[in-house]
Amino acid sequence: MSAAVEYAGLALVAAVTAFPFVWLLATSLRGSGAVFSFPPVIVPRPPTLANYAGVWETMPIGRFFLNTVYLTGMGITLTVATSALAGYPLARMRFPGRDAIFYAIVGSLMLPQHVGLILNFVTMMRLHLIDTFAAVYLPSAASVFGIFLLRQAYLVIPLEIEDAARIDGAGELRLWGQIMLPLVAPALATLAIVEFSAYWNSFLWPLIVLKSPEKYPLAVGLLNLSGLFAHNTRYVAAGAVMMTLPMIVVFLALQRYFLRGITIGAVK
Amino acid sequence: MERQAVARSRRAPAIRRILTPYLFLLPALGLLAAFTFYPVALGTVLSLFEYNVIAPPRFAGLANFRALWSDRYFWIALENSVTYLAVVPVLQGCAILLALWVHRSARGLGWLRAAYYLPVVTSIVVVGMLWRWLYDDAGLVNYLLLQLRLLHGPVHWLSDPGIALYAVMFVTLWKGLGYYMVIYLAGLEAIPPTFAEAAAIDGAGPAQQLWRVTLPLLRPSILLATTLSAISALRVFEEVYVMTGGGPIYATYTMFYYMFDQAFGALHLGYAAAIGVVLAAVTIGLSVANFKLLREGGLAYY
Repeated sequence: MSAAVEYAGLALVAAVTAFPFVWLLATSLRGSGAVFSFPPVIVPRPPTLANYAGVWETMPIGRFFLNTVYLTGMGITLTVATSALAGYPLARMRFPGRDAIFYAIVGSLMLPQHVGLILNFVTMMRLHLIDTFAAVYLPSAASVFGIFLLRQAYLVIPLEIEDAARIDGAGELRLWGQIMLPLVAPALATLAIVEFSAYWNSFLWPLIVLKSPEKYPLAVGLLNLSGLFAHNTRYVAAGAVMMTLPMIVVFLALQRYFLRGITIGAVK
Repeated sequence: MERQAVARSRRAPAIRRILTPYLFLLPALGLLAAFTFYPVALGTVLSLFEYNVIAPPRFAGLANFRALWSDRYFWIALENSVTYLAVVPVLQGCAILLALWVHRSARGLGWLRAAYYLPVVTSIVVVGMLWRWLYDDAGLVNYLLLQLRLLHGPVHWLSDPGIALYAVMFVTLWKGLGYYMVIYLAGLEAIPPTFAEAAAIDGAGPAQQLWRVTLPLLRPSILLATTLSAISALRVFEEVYVMTGGGPIYATYTMFYYMFDQAFGALHLGYAAAIGVVLAAVTIGLSVANFKLLREGGLAYY
């Protein structure tokens, strides 16, 4: 009895969280008719890609898409690189100030980041970076979560592996690049995927530092689109699906890494 | 001379060895210093200045804070942000319940977890637009509630000043549920089953087990999740920006929204920093209280 109630509850919650996406997809595939028809249309008859073509022709969706791909790619590359570098000495070297540096990095999570937002805008203005892509990805290029994650990954590598490499005469840089880095590949993958969703969906900061529409990522472009086509919900729905689909595909394919990303973050 | 060269070449690796760890750290520390430590520190100081980007900053003492005290919009924004905290207990309660169910009955059902997590990975812009349609006078929410005879007429979810804030809060709950569920699920999986067995042997019923055993053991997860959730509730902005623009008539205007408007709309950067500092103070105060309240528990509890 109680098991049945639980399954019903689980299914109901799944319906509430997933159904809006089904409705969005159906709306984007509808040829005509009122958007708010009842009962809601789940299977459009006949389905059509006309809204996608229409949005593609009237709005620089392709441009937004490329911008998003570029910003996400740069952001992930920089975050993964800075974390892979910084985590290494924190885990495997002895040097003055190591613990202080580590606590300062982790402690910065307690800082009121929103106060920094204002000054980051001023910094970008001083550097003449307003309305450039660099202004979008630079402030988040070093990730506390990433450094922490990589430090943990380096920590569990057995000392024997390091000793063997040293006896073979490997220098510090070769030891890191050829021995250590391949061993923390799973952590790098987890970080890359967590950062993928952060950069792909990032919205507030690009909105602040980007001025020209041809530089907008999808999130900011889509918001403009919804204002311009307030009367044509099917177009906006098509744009929303184009933005969401890559994210959902990546999530479903790499779910395990996503969930590991959160639970590692939670242990922190 | 030759000896000097030998000494230098011997010293070079020593210096390199000393410098190596710092060189590894340099890119990350440089970026954190420039875009986290520096702006937070200077932003706090900026709250004591008048600054509009064009003219140099002018020291104003506590003038910004005094102005806030008699600023009607500041109090509206503060009240809305604090009201928004009501989302925390509801969201965490739902997430814990969901995690308990998933843990017990649906461990193998990966697609269910995926369904709960879908809103988490979706852009807030898409989520906001979607819910604006769902909340429409002729939208799905009204249709369903009318069909179920829970309503007499359509509710203006986002345009009724008495309801809009709660309607936006529901979207925060909907989007965050999967995320917090995963945190609690990880917490539940870390509890050895021996605790439940021991409680059952001692004759504890399911309800007693939940209240006396599971929840106390889950406390570290609850502490983490409630703190994260309270901080983001106080700082809520994106949902509001996309769905209501702060309206109707400031009904959903929040602290972060006011800071955003003052900083990037009106270019009152010092005033915006003062709003940010007050928001930070409220956040820190709440986090400390939360920490004191929930500190004990976990496996160390026994």
